[in-house]
Amino acid sequence: MPDIRFRLNGVDTTIDTDPDRPLLDVLRGHLRLTGTHFGCGAGECGACNVIIGDRAVAACDTPLWAVEGKDIITIEGLGHAERPHPLQRAFIAEQAMQCGYCISGILMSAAALLMRNPAPNDAEIKAALDRNLCRCGAHNRIVRAVKRAAAEMTTP
Amino acid sequence: MTASLPVSLAANPKLSSWVRFTTDGTVALSPGKVEIGQGIVTALAQIAADELDIDIARVRMLRASTASSPNEGVTSGSLSMQQSGRAIRHACAEIRQIFLTAAADRLGVDIGQLELADGVISGPGNVTTSYWELSDEVSLDRVATPGAMAKPASRRVLAGRSVQRIDIPDKVFAHPRFIQDLALPGLLHGRVLRPELSGAKLLGLHEETAREIAGLVAILRDGRFAGVVSETEQGAEAALAALRKSATWSAGEPLPDDSDLAAFLKAQPVETSVIAAKAAAQSATATRTIRRQYTRPYLAHASMAPSCALAQWSGERVHIWSHSQGIYLLRADLAIVLGLPVENITVEHVEGAGCYGHNGADDVALDAALLAKAAPGRPVRVQWSRADEMTQAPFGAAMAIDIEADLDAHNDIVGWRHAIWSNGHTARPGRASQPALLAATEIANPFPRLISTNPPQANGGGADRNSVPLYDFPAWQISSHRLLTMPIRTSALRTLGGQGNVFAIECFIDEIATARGEDPVAFRLRHLSDGRAKDVIRAAATRANWKPARASGTGHGIGFARYKNTGAYCAVVAEVEGDADIRVKRLTIAVDVGEAVNPDGVINQIEGGAIQATSWVLKERVRFDRARITSRSWTDYPILRFSEVPEVEVEVIQRSEIEPVGAGEAAHGPVTAAIVNAVFDCLDVRVRSLPITRDSLIAAMELS
Repeated sequence: MPDIRFRLNGVDTTIDTDPDRPLLDVLRGHLRLTGTHFGCGAGECGACNVIIGDRAVAACDTPLWAVEGKDIITIEGLGHAERPHPLQRAFIAEQAMQCGYCISGILMSAAALLMRNPAPNDAEIKAALDRNLCRCGAHNRIVRAVKRAAAEMTTP
Repeated sequence: MTASLPVSLAANPKLSSWVRFTTDGTVALSPGKVEIGQGIVTALAQIAADELDIDIARVRMLRASTASSPNEGVTSGSLSMQQSGRAIRHACAEIRQIFLTAAADRLGVDIGQLELADGVISGPGNVTTSYWELSDEVSLDRVATPGAMAKPASRRVLAGRSVQRIDIPDKVFAHPRFIQDLALPGLLHGRVLRPELSGAKLLGLHEETAREIAGLVAILRDGRFAGVVSETEQGAEAALAALRKSATWSAGEPLPDDSDLAAFLKAQPVETSVIAAKAAAQSATATRTIRRQYTRPYLAHASMAPSCALAQWSGERVHIWSHSQGIYLLRADLAIVLGLPVENITVEHVEGAGCYGHNGADDVALDAALLAKAAPGRPVRVQWSRADEMTQAPFGAAMAIDIEADLDAHNDIVGWRHAIWSNGHTARPGRASQPALLAATEIANPFPRLISTNPPQANGGGADRNSVPLYDFPAWQISSHRLLTMPIRTSALRTLGGQGNVFAIECFIDEIATARGEDPVAFRLRHLSDGRAKDVIRAAATRANWKPARASGTGHGIGFARYKNTGAYCAVVAEVEGDADIRVKRLTIAVDVGEAVNPDGVINQIEGGAIQATSWVLKERVRFDRARITSRSWTDYPILRFSEVPEVEVEVIQRSEIEPVGAGEAAHGPVTAAIVNAVFDCLDVRVRSLPITRDSLIAAMELS
């Protein structure tokens, strides 16, 4: 089996496994990065979104071979309690969740949006998150949190 | 009035089962209620910190476990603040008093001269001690007594404040907190094979291909229950796929015609109960009677995470990790199926994704216990697929509701009849002599499928929840017809029958008010005598500038209910836009939960409930053909998306002197009715069958 090489959260990573394995299974099963969540296995809910390049992508229907040479960021690479990403701070400030299971995928969709569009309006945020499902109904808080983070990031 | 203990404390009176002071200067709080995404652990921590006079950062919330936690039944029915909240407030008030008494002894100071701040007890002359210093000599292994006085609302510091939820940092920083992320040494992965055809029996299975898959530990078959255990999750998925290919199934059991649910519901054998009957105090003459039928479909929980459980056997004992809403009740059912005394089973709660009632959490726990038998000593993690979650978990029951109103010559309501046809709204584990768990009906010596029933009216009722009007009508007869067949498995989903009944009542009276030429808000206020009910209606109406001028393509509607007729009051004004498709633009809501311990938590629950109800109303319907559930994915069972979500404004009427009630189910009924009434205002069409889709709008137009 050929090795698959990519950058994961800034670290060069080599994986020797079946290249058809879904990226999500490699992240959760092989690398024990469980912040990326399984929701549907069909790319329909966004719970497993990660950033590849500057796009949020469902890791459950991305085969490992497709990330060869790519730059991947998962929720574990977004920030941590000591050095939180502005989105993470904003989601706490807005209390932008109920159960929180969908939140890591939503954070990645939002982070990808802010990479491309640092000052999105409500409609652009909703469009960027439209493939992420939230069952608890935290949507409006989530949109507010993304706006708050964007404002913080664009304030000189 | 004789003082009595709060119900949860009376059932679990030992103080140490609720609160323990630990040597590191923290307080371990051990409620029997569990976090299901509603923020309960934070609100309970606030109550404890207030009564004990400690910083909330010192409160450590323990996960519920049958090994150590008080038995508080099930986390459902918006009862956690009423039950756990009151118990903790009372227990902590008593504990504070016990420690102050002990401190007075030790310090030789009159108790009245002691002060308590962040757990440090001090008296005149700089003498101090603390909970932690005293905890060696003060035993909390004693039973709670009635009469402990909790602080008055005015002296609570944290209650009434929007303290940030204590679980949220873990969730944004991806610290493992969900059961799906639980890592245990030696973990194995299990998957269960279930038929697509409803009720089909497994006739044959060829194991050869599955046996060749790398990592396979065992293939287990017990009657028509079959599953695999593997060293890896990928291996378990692959072995399951191989097994599925090789399986042959019998024909299943027929399902109803999903194009006419009312006809199906009304044709089944039923058990009929009279829920309420009121005779008119004075005779009135009805000059006409209006009849309407309302229906709602089966609804799926459609939790974001597939149900998951872990089980580990050690000899004749088994440890279960589960996101069940009722760990003791689950244990009782597991004991029946596994043939073990309850003492041999420990069920430990670990958070799952948002839970809106009796979903697959309990079922998958039995799946895990059965599969883990194949690998003694090792923990086995079983996770359902998305399709399992959408098709195997119990559904919220479909309902058909007929309402009739007798009107007199002035079009005043003089008689009211409300009849419900529905399956029961609960078949939860641990409440009957037979188990309610899915695999119990599949094993070699199967238990019959538990036909769902309804909780008694005293507990809020089931199909009949919120069916008794809060309005002062002079006479009524409310009856409930519970189906004795259950081709589609139903159990508790948020509000039980409340959403359906409030939809029916609130849309019907809207129609009557309109026919009278009376403003629907004025009509409601005129028929209510409860001041808190009137206050939420007035607050929502005022905030929404009721009633905005009618503009082409938009409409406004109102809905109101008091959840269970004893819980939270909620009124909603909906603004919709529409022609062929309906969009909900804005929901303006007023809510009264009594004391709002964490106001932002209340707002979050109401917002979430409102958005979920909007999703139910505009999108959701479990689909099936005559043999199988066909809504198996998010594509077949769409829910509301970001671009479709309305603005939601919530006003909390704070009543800190009134005992708190829950907020999680208060919005669904009123939101449903407000949207449907707004659709009438917008399109002149009365929708009486949910969800509101293009097809149901066309059907309603043809009827009107």
